[in-house]
Amino acid sequence: MDPNLDSPRTAAANPPIQPMPANLGAGDVIRASAMPDLAPPQRQLTPVAKLIDVSKCIGCKACQSACAEWNDTVPPIEENVGSYQNPSDLGPEMFTLMRFSEYENPNGDFEWLIRKDGCMHCTDPGCLKACPAPGAIVQYSNGIVDFIHENCIGCGYCVTGCPFNIPRVSKTDHKSYKCTLCSDRVAVGQGPACAKACPTQAIVFGHKDDMIAHAEERVADLKSRGYENAGIYDPAGVGGTHVFYVLHHADQPALYSNLPEDPRISPVVEGWKGITKKVGLAAIGIAAVGSILHGLLGRANRVTAEDDREAEEYVEHSLPPGRS
Amino acid sequence: MNIDLSRRGFLKLAGAGVAATSLGALGFGDAEAAEKAHVRAFKLASTTETRNTCTYCSVACGILIYSKGDVAAGEQATIVHIEGDADHPTNRGTLCPKGAALKDIVHSESRLTTPRIRRPGTDRFDEISWDEALDKIARALKDDRDANIVLKNDAGVPVNRWTSTGFLAASATTNETAWLTYKTVRAMGIAGLDNQARV
Amino acid sequence: MTNPWTDIRNTDLVVVMGGNAAEAHPCGFKWVTEAKAHRGAKLIVVDPRFTRTASVSDYYAPIRPGSDITFLMAMINWMIQNDKVQWEYVKNFTNAAFIVKDEFGWSDGLFSGYDPEKRDYDKSSWDYVMGDDGFAQVDMTLQHPRCVWNLLKEHVSRYTPELVQQICGTPKDRFLHIAQMIGECSAPDKTMTSMYALGWTQHSKGAQNIRGMAMLQLILGNIGVRGGGMNALRGHSNIQGLTDIGLMSNLIPGYLNIPTEKEVDWTTYMSSRSFKPLRPGQTSYWQNYSKFMVSFLKAMWGDAATAENDWAFEWLPKLDVPGYDILRMFELMKAGKITNYFCQGFNPLLAFPNRAKLTEALSKLQLLVVMDPLETETARFWENHGEHNDVDSAAIQTEVIQLPTTCFAEDDGSLVNSGRWLQWHWAAGTPPGQARRDTWIMSQIFLRVKKLYETEGGVLPEPIVNLTWDYADPNEPTAEELAKEMNGRALSDVHDLKDTTKLLTPAGKQLVNFSQYRDDGSTMGACWIFSGSWTEDGNMMARRDNTDPDDAGMYPNWTYAWPLNRRVLYNRASADLKGKPWDASRKLMEWNGEKWTGYDVPDIAPTSKPDEVGPFIMNQEGTSRLFTRGMMRDGPFPTHMEPFESPIANPFNAQMRGNPVARVFADDAAQFATSDEFPFVATSYRLTEHFHYWTKNNRINAALQPEFFVEISEELAALKGITLGGWVRVWSKRGSVKAKALVTKRLKPLQCGDKTVYVVGIPLHWGFVGAARKGWGPNSLTPFVGDANVETPEFKAFLVNIEPATGEAVS
Repeated sequence: MDPNLDSPRTAAANPPIQPMPANLGAGDVIRASAMPDLAPPQRQLTPVAKLIDVSKCIGCKACQSACAEWNDTVPPIEENVGSYQNPSDLGPEMFTLMRFSEYENPNGDFEWLIRKDGCMHCTDPGCLKACPAPGAIVQYSNGIVDFIHENCIGCGYCVTGCPFNIPRVSKTDHKSYKCTLCSDRVAVGQGPACAKACPTQAIVFGHKDDMIAHAEERVADLKSRGYENAGIYDPAGVGGTHVFYVLHHADQPALYSNLPEDPRISPVVEGWKGITKKVGLAAIGIAAVGSILHGLLGRANRVTAEDDREAEEYVEHSLPPGRS
Repeated sequence: MNIDLSRRGFLKLAGAGVAATSLGALGFGDAEAAEKAHVRAFKLASTTETRNTCTYCSVACGILIYSKGDVAAGEQATIVHIEGDADHPTNRGTLCPKGAALKDIVHSESRLTTPRIRRPGTDRFDEISWDEALDKIARALKDDRDANIVLKNDAGVPVNRWTSTGFLAASATTNETAWLTYKTVRAMGIAGLDNQARV
Repeated sequence: MTNPWTDIRNTDLVVVMGGNAAEAHPCGFKWVTEAKAHRGAKLIVVDPRFTRTASVSDYYAPIRPGSDITFLMAMINWMIQNDKVQWEYVKNFTNAAFIVKDEFGWSDGLFSGYDPEKRDYDKSSWDYVMGDDGFAQVDMTLQHPRCVWNLLKEHVSRYTPELVQQICGTPKDRFLHIAQMIGECSAPDKTMTSMYALGWTQHSKGAQNIRGMAMLQLILGNIGVRGGGMNALRGHSNIQGLTDIGLMSNLIPGYLNIPTEKEVDWTTYMSSRSFKPLRPGQTSYWQNYSKFMVSFLKAMWGDAATAENDWAFEWLPKLDVPGYDILRMFELMKAGKITNYFCQGFNPLLAFPNRAKLTEALSKLQLLVVMDPLETETARFWENHGEHNDVDSAAIQTEVIQLPTTCFAEDDGSLVNSGRWLQWHWAAGTPPGQARRDTWIMSQIFLRVKKLYETEGGVLPEPIVNLTWDYADPNEPTAEELAKEMNGRALSDVHDLKDTTKLLTPAGKQLVNFSQYRDDGSTMGACWIFSGSWTEDGNMMARRDNTDPDDAGMYPNWTYAWPLNRRVLYNRASADLKGKPWDASRKLMEWNGEKWTGYDVPDIAPTSKPDEVGPFIMNQEGTSRLFTRGMMRDGPFPTHMEPFESPIANPFNAQMRGNPVARVFADDAAQFATSDEFPFVATSYRLTEHFHYWTKNNRINAALQPEFFVEISEELAALKGITLGGWVRVWSKRGSVKAKALVTKRLKPLQCGDKTVYVVGIPLHWGFVGAARKGWGPNSLTPFVGDANVETPEFKAFLVNIEPATGEAVS
């Protein structure tokens, strides 16, 4: 780990082709799921952020395309169900998604509000807090929240714990997937593939302070064009995020395909923290947890029946003989 | 071998009755192994970078093609990734949803790999050698040209016009291909030369 | 484009009309968002649909497909009525002052000289009054009642905001708001840019749509300046290059013309191409035509082209009709008059109108040769795909040979972008299987034909056996060799024309640029406008210096722009009559008392004095043209014409259908529908997730837009009982398709007088091969008729009917 290296400041760069060590590793982890006694990080990287300026977004899906290409995912070829939104939802093969909503504003003018959805890389990540698998979710000192798939058990708790309903568990390999903020690119001084590709630079990447300053300029421009409520969406309820938005209607985030007004980690998931009694894990609790969370968390934070069933099946299949 | 079992507490709080089991039941291996946080290996390391232009629209974004193997050095080369060229004045490294997926068109399952022929009245393509295909084409051209080229019009003016064979030219081939195509097609006297610009 | 993509950041106002730049050209559209973010520029979108471009616009107005001329003429009228005119520019840089013949006129939607039998105009009255001095007469005070300006003023006076509302369905207040925004750009220090594409070209009067905006831009003084221009956003990566190199029925590289059979010999051909200036002292650069033409003929036939045989002029094909364009070729094919047909990277079964007719025509060929990197519907037109291609293979006797070609990533060479930059690229991958480069394939076909003529003899072998073929490897000429041919070289020593003792380029060397082209046989050069791209200094198209003096957006050392590395056409017009930039903060060119200086290569002789020589050096007038004389078939001014299939009658002439001089074949005329039977207006377009019919072969793009759909308003859905995401059948008089229904607020019914017009939007990316779900293209429905001037098919406005459909399409 080279102490002279820090986080990249832009996505507008050409990648290296010479072999180089990753500048992001175990020594940069500040939190890991189910590992309360983690050693402190060896250094503090400058926090990074991806800013999504919804007012500059043309909904072209270059971010989706670049994401799939970089991460070698194969998004499903679905049907058209009367929308531009394809695939129809985030998935284990589609880490980001343009969500389209049609809005007629109080002046009678039409607005087409298009929002790139995906992991927000919360400073206080609900997924990580909910995850029972040691080291399956880590947070680096630059703010990236990353899933370490070798350690993932596919239980779906991360989905439940996420206030933005982002992770998706694969039906094929039973691992949970989401945006990595292209941690492999960031590790070699590059920005995320989506931010580099974005044609209008509605997505930009860099140090979070720089991104905030840029966002403030954008808000001023929007206000000059009559969007009085333009603003930054960097929700405090999750400690701020490392993916954040400029919205023309920051007073009404729900207009943008139900972006949560005040996202928070469920108090129940928060309650897990602090209880440090060390006992064996309740395996059969998986299904029960799912159904309980249904009732308790409500709103966007849903575990689907499908998730429940899968988790249950997974646990059953993975249990050694005589253990169930 | 121990983990923070806060979930156990949660389950109690929630009042759910659960049975305890061992850590291994969930498939966990050595918890210490879990500390090995890592990012994916950077996939462009030790590739060859080649500058090219996007094949789609006429914004003509600069692209970088990454391959295993170097064509310029006479090697076999497989393209593994394509992304925008940040040095290009027009696109500055950006690409649209088509350009960002250029690698997929290079490796599309619809790529043609061998000359084929569909014989009259059949319902399939059969493979054919290049030589056979090219000889058949040349024969068909000469026979039709000899039979149908109009050397003079009714007024006796030399017109050298061949209208019974037509040629539609591409819209994404290079200028150099276009010139060679122009040269050969016009030398034969083909009048029905057109390209995608018509639509 | 008159200006480069990167110049769009210099603008104050972007008008996207007749196109959808954010979706079709996202990375070019970047410069719109840059202009907005850094200059405070505004974006106006006028489109039948609220597009993704509209989603980031400052102001949007709807318009009925096919009514753009009315909107644009009304805009010009508003500018004149409200004195939003860049007067110095209009008086000096346009032909506003030129006096027009008394016989010229307009009534009932038609210009003087119309012959309904011939469906053509006698254009003799559409011209200037010539003086005894041999020059066109002008009145620089613009007082003369017959000067172009006053004729234009009268012509556009009919186009009121009320008429816009009636014909276009655009609400009057929306039109007036846009007029105010555009009017501000008549100030010399304000510029507007026009970004358009096939939304304007794919009409039976497409060329006149574009004329309309070009005239508006001239009146505002926005041509030749930074942040201005007429920016045609070309579709394909090298469609500009293919056009520049003349791969069209009537063209020779560099916008020279294939002769017609009326031009019986070289002398006759050249006699109508003297391009004598129409005003004293003007450049009229086409006076060099013979140099370009002789150099082209020398590139073709080398030593066999001599002064004695008129440079082998006789070997060129001579046309008996304006052109053997694609529509005419398929009409002939359907009539059984075409034997062989080649498709090189082109998929006409989805790209041309009236697919049923195309299938019938292809079925009558003896041989179809398809060269392509990918599977295409055209190559498999004979294959049954159920309802998606319901043909009887056994009945189709066409032989099809499918040849695998390389793709962009597997060859070297240059492409011309929309801003006329010639950019070189390099091969990166090994071609799959037996795929070969097009250059090898074309050489192999040609060499085999040549050999047959050499061994067997045959009809007129001379142009074939004498074709220049001095390549190191005759089997596969290299891109470098071919590029050098296009640049041109000296065949014998080339001397200065004014000082014949001064050697410019010795024999055998690459020419510096087209100023060294000669018509005495001493030079060869295949494409004069590309000359300068590969000189003795090397490959200018491979240059990669991205410095940009004054942040002008010109990037003068990045690759090469034709002509002469010039980045903005007509750039001398960026300065006033004294040679001072209209806007000092956006200087492009400036007269320093001796010559033109600035950030671009001047589009005028460097020492031409600003008050003597006009900026439009390619025109005989030295000015631009608000009035085009007899150069266009359908009028010297744009006049409102309805699409051939329209829900309303032309208010100027209810009897007039479509464009009165557009060519219509008899069978196609019988297939034009009326709104009684087909009440809804359809329009076709691209979506940003796909590139034509290519990316449906690509898994990722197929995932981003998997399935064919049509877009309709909530009102039309309610009227016909159509549900969101349900199946619908859409049919015209020529065919029927089945699609998913996307019901949206982005389309609204338009109120055109007492008629409510519902629009059906039909994207064009699906077919029966590839990774995406099987579907159809709009071309199953569209009429087989083209623009009167250039035969671009009318894909953007036609009539259909729609109803809910049951059951999923079988695929």
